[in-house]
Amino acid sequence: MVADNAHHQDALQLNHSLTNAALARQRFNEAFMHRRSQLRRQWVIGALLIMILIGISSVIGEVNLVHLWDRLPRFTSYFGRMVPELSWATLWPDLARWYWNGWVWLAALWQTILIAIYATLIGIVFGYIASFLGARNLSPHPSYTFFTRRLMELARTVPELVFAVLFVYSFGLGPLAGVLAIGLHSMGALGKLFADVAENVDLEQVKGVRSTGASWSQTMVFGVTPQVLPDYLSYGLLRLEINVRAASILGFVGAGGIGQELYTAVKSFNHTDISAIVIMLIISVIIIDSFCSWVRGRVIGRDNLKAI
Amino acid sequence: MNKPKLISWRALRPELYPRRGLAAWRGYVVMLIVMILFLFGLSELEVTAERLYKGSLKLVDVFGLMVPPESKGRTAEYLFAIAETVSMAFLGTLVASILAIPLSLMGARNIMPIGPVRFFVRRSSDVVRGLDSLVWAIFFVGVVGLGPFAGILAITVNDTGILTKLYAEALENTDAEQSKGVRATGASRLQTLLFGVLPQVMPVFLANSLYFVESNVRSATILGVVGAGGIGFFLMDRMMISAWREVAYIILLVLITVAVIDTLSRILRQRLIGQSSIARH
Repeated sequence: MVADNAHHQDALQLNHSLTNAALARQRFNEAFMHRRSQLRRQWVIGALLIMILIGISSVIGEVNLVHLWDRLPRFTSYFGRMVPELSWATLWPDLARWYWNGWVWLAALWQTILIAIYATLIGIVFGYIASFLGARNLSPHPSYTFFTRRLMELARTVPELVFAVLFVYSFGLGPLAGVLAIGLHSMGALGKLFADVAENVDLEQVKGVRSTGASWSQTMVFGVTPQVLPDYLSYGLLRLEINVRAASILGFVGAGGIGQELYTAVKSFNHTDISAIVIMLIISVIIIDSFCSWVRGRVIGRDNLKAI
Repeated sequence: MNKPKLISWRALRPELYPRRGLAAWRGYVVMLIVMILFLFGLSELEVTAERLYKGSLKLVDVFGLMVPPESKGRTAEYLFAIAETVSMAFLGTLVASILAIPLSLMGARNIMPIGPVRFFVRRSSDVVRGLDSLVWAIFFVGVVGLGPFAGILAITVNDTGILTKLYAEALENTDAEQSKGVRATGASRLQTLLFGVLPQVMPVFLANSLYFVESNVRSATILGVVGAGGIGFFLMDRMMISAWREVAYIILLVLITVAVIDTLSRILRQRLIGQSSIARH
């Protein structure tokens, strides 16, 4: 009787835990289904939204795939016309004919690179100063942070080409306007990135310098600069890469560089001139990019060594 | 501290002491050369103090002429052009993101085993990236004619190059252990890619694409300069006739639009991928 009762108890318990397990499974299933339908609903809503956005912007953007299909032959012929006539037998004369204006283009390219370098220098110097005023933890007063950050936003949101037109109007035609335009834009972009880096410095080191009686500017130079220099340099080099590209189009509005030659070639339908200039441009961009990433690797590498 | 001790320290750590003899002058010589190069560059760029001074005065005048900004009743026209600009940026980035996925798979070391294919994809993306989107825009205006469609194509081509590079780098930075884990369950190569690699890179892909919508709105504002649609046409037009108050009005509209797009994109990024994993730019 006792044994039977125990058996009964066991069975009850088993039954009970079975119900528990079934209940848990059911709950899990419900939760899973609920979550899945929720996710599906989100997906559907997201997809619909994107579809609507695509529809609206296709209409506004005058997207016409039929037109594109019709123009596809023109596409190949347009780029096909850029290919110069080169034959192996008369390679040198052909190349000379292709690059008939080579020295002028080379000088323009040199000017483009100079514009990029000087604009980056302006950006780094002013971005450096602005970063300490714009960093919340370093700035002498919150109002400095606010105004510096807004000024940087303004400087990097207005397109370089707009600045370039403004500067061409006030400083006259030529590379000076380009340097100032790209420099101003770089200051905005670098000032923000630098300030974000400066907000993450180790404040103990800064306090250490401060405790020796250093002024604010001395604290920035000796307490903060050594910590942020590798990052600043790395961002500066990235900016140089961007600025070479930006400098290549300044000539469209008369602000110096190879853009002027390129625009003239396009306007006068000298297709082989276009390809000649574009090839020079691409090669120099690739060379500068690889140089910058090599230097950046060294800068960051040295920093990593210091950290160990 | 006595003198002999000091001397031995100098021998031990010479870099901590002032240099002697010729070496002491090395720094000055380097500085001099850098200064000469700097001044040479300035003269190449035709920079003179006089030009800087006169130009600054004129620039202040121009800023004075910009106040107060005025619309001359063309707000609707400008707003439509801005909508065109945003549409161009959105569509261009969208198509570029879609095109960049297969291309980046072909360019990533850990996914594409055939070296020459990788090389070809990566180098062509370098070439495409080497040209600014405005240069692509003048080409496409030549191909499909004036209008925003040329701008969309320019943004698409330029961004496909950039995104292919960024995506391929993200793919190469994925954790191989996760894909091995998926592989160990008997998954095929395609399944490993879908369930081992892509979940790791999707947040990076999305964050980059959203960031490029933002940055393309900025760059699309100038595509109108060469006739490829958007607000740039009006901006340049007003500048060329020195209607500075209208220029200021258009610039203000652009600034507001960019601020709105930035905020929207930040909110979207945070909702889609969580705050911690946002790629920092």
